[in-house]
Amino acid sequence: MAVPEVDGNSIEFQEVSLRAGGSARQEIVSDVTLRIAGGETVVLLGRSGSGKTTLLKLTNGLLIPSRGQVLVKQKATTDWDRIRLRRGIGYVIQEAGLFPHFTVTENVALVPTLEGWPRPKIETRVREMLRLVGLDPKEFGGRRPRELSGGQRQRVGVARALAADPPILLMDEPFGALDPVTRAELQREFATLTRQLRKTIVFVTHDLREALLLASRIVLLQSGRVVASAPREEFLKLEQAEVRAFAASFLNQAGEPV
Amino acid sequence: MSAWAFLLEHREEIFGTTVEHLALVLGAMLIAILIGVPLGLLIVHRPVLRGIALGVANILQTIPSLALFGFLVPIPFIGGIGKRTAIVALVLYALLPILRNTYVGLTEIDPAVLESAQAMGMTQSQILFRVRLPLASAFILAGIRTATIITIGVATIAAAIGAGGLGTFIFRGVALVSNGLLLAGALPAALLALAADFLLGIIERRLRVS
Repeated sequence: MAVPEVDGNSIEFQEVSLRAGGSARQEIVSDVTLRIAGGETVVLLGRSGSGKTTLLKLTNGLLIPSRGQVLVKQKATTDWDRIRLRRGIGYVIQEAGLFPHFTVTENVALVPTLEGWPRPKIETRVREMLRLVGLDPKEFGGRRPRELSGGQRQRVGVARALAADPPILLMDEPFGALDPVTRAELQREFATLTRQLRKTIVFVTHDLREALLLASRIVLLQSGRVVASAPREEFLKLEQAEVRAFAASFLNQAGEPV
Repeated sequence: MSAWAFLLEHREEIFGTTVEHLALVLGAMLIAILIGVPLGLLIVHRPVLRGIALGVANILQTIPSLALFGFLVPIPFIGGIGKRTAIVALVLYALLPILRNTYVGLTEIDPAVLESAQAMGMTQSQILFRVRLPLASAFILAGIRTATIITIGVATIAAAIGAGGLGTFIFRGVALVSNGLLLAGALPAALLALAADFLLGIIERRLRVS
């Protein structure tokens, strides 16, 4: 699937390495060079410890490379004002990371509030976002996160990340903690959503099936290195040993064909 | 004369002394909170300072209260006979529960919540005032509650160094073997402690989120 480039909203890793804590020589990310074009949905695929979450944190400046640089919208993360950079990047994590002391509405309204939007505009936007992720604003707006199911919390997490309409969205195994039925439902909806949104999306998962469903391009990571990168349709046709091994182990684990 | 008749007859004096006692407690608590909460914030990311602060507060708490008052009397500036010395001692006692609960409350927060706060572009002070402190507030209040109850009790001993308060009745009651005098000190102190426990307990439950 050819994705038309959306101007400027690219992410570029240029020979990026990150050493684990100060003096240790071990690298969490080694020499990663990767360009994610604006409007693309790239899935970073890999086992735990392969460095995929680290790449997300390097993108929004939660981590700074030991070597190389990460360009977001053609500007190095070290040159960005960290706060401005992050307000322009939506972030969704496993278990959503919602604020337990805020209502659903307050959670979704967070970034627009920080950005000083006028009240009525925030209220309209929150309702819009909740409907977008399939939650009735009247029913759910006043609830607190603990009064929601896991799937509903995750929906709120997505709504919150999208609220200020950031051009870039980072998602770290957002559906990882859900039961299989809810997960499949959210994956399908999110696949449709991403096509409407036309945002630059970097999605992290260890689930090959999820990658094949959501990605326009799949990047396979192993021990902090990029070992394969291909458009979704071509990924499983790759003959590389690492790709074959990952696909094989996934099939064994899932016990059924993909 | 029965103890009840004694209490009734001296109710105005007892009331005045109770107010004096309460003032001692509130003064000490206010200072202890102003020191304990910021110090608790400060030690979250400073392990060395944390060891020292919690260690010192722990040791202070083990000193018998009468001895602590005694130790402070000869110290210049903070010591001497009277209210000032008593408040210093009460602050030292109240510090540990406030400090420890502030620290625990702040460290118990789900790291995913803090990470997403940071990732959404909240500044350090926004994270502190809109996320960390509200989420730790029930814990901090539980510490304040414990400290208040301890302070109400320990403040009765402040009478030994001339700070006034309900302890004056108790010390006199012991010396004169008078149940009426003992009760005049002990009963209001117990009621104050119960009332503080009850009221602060209500606020604490309101603040609790999860």
